[in-house]
Amino acid sequence: MLNTFLFYAFAVLVLGGAILTITRRSAVHSAVSLVVSLLGVAGLYLMLEAEFLFAVQIVLYVGGIMVLFLFVIMLVNLDQAAKERQFNRQWLVALAATAAVAVEVGFFLYKGKDAFHIAEGGGAPPILPSGLGNTEVLANSLFSEYLLPFEIASLLLLVAVVGSVMMAKKRV
Amino acid sequence: MYPISTVHYLVLSAALLLIGTVGVLTRRNVVIILMSIELILNAVNINLVAFSHSLPLVEGHANVGGQIFTIFVITDAVAEAAVGLGILIALFRNKETVLADEIDLLKW
Repeated sequence: MLNTFLFYAFAVLVLGGAILTITRRSAVHSAVSLVVSLLGVAGLYLMLEAEFLFAVQIVLYVGGIMVLFLFVIMLVNLDQAAKERQFNRQWLVALAATAAVAVEVGFFLYKGKDAFHIAEGGGAPPILPSGLGNTEVLANSLFSEYLLPFEIASLLLLVAVVGSVMMAKKRV
Repeated sequence: MYPISTVHYLVLSAALLLIGTVGVLTRRNVVIILMSIELILNAVNINLVAFSHSLPLVEGHANVGGQIFTIFVITDAVAEAAVGLGILIALFRNKETVLADEIDLLKW
């Protein structure tokens, strides 16, 4: 009962924040709505017993990426852009295309909703919990099974750092 | 009241994906287009974590493959935001605009 209530509360935060993000005129208002939406997603992670991702979502997304966005909004003068038309001329086509995708995804979810219950492991014999925390299990898996992707991700971050410095520099 | 199942999370994530798509396709402000991309990536993450939660336990703990993938998706999102905002600053310095449809140098 409490789970159901919390799920709908977080869902309202996520979707409400998202809709405000794409409709506000001022970019700062959009950024603040996006923070609300990301906090809602963090709450959903907590409900799904992914405590490490909950912390990462708040520290990295809300604390890191959103501060970066706000910095750029302050750096780039957006007053002029806020006074102009906010939506481009193809918005009707875009809405029609998105509605088509919505119908497809909705049909897929409706037809497949019974198939997803197989994954929920209801019939499996209960296994005793191992007593390891979520962070421990994640770390064990990340540093053994997924070591190579982890190293590739660090290379990606290096390239991104060099790339963004090159882009933002005045004279190369 | 039904108990919350995986399908609930999938529907929520599909809705978030569609809102993000509308944002990318219709807005003119490049900063808000980048924010909509973040919304789309978060929709993907909700999907991955929901399936990670619903899969049967392995050796007494949750199947964390989906959560590992979520970490990689977050890494990608960070890299994309950093490079995207760097490009935006370079663009604003050269063209004095942040509206996507005024950036049409390659248009015939």
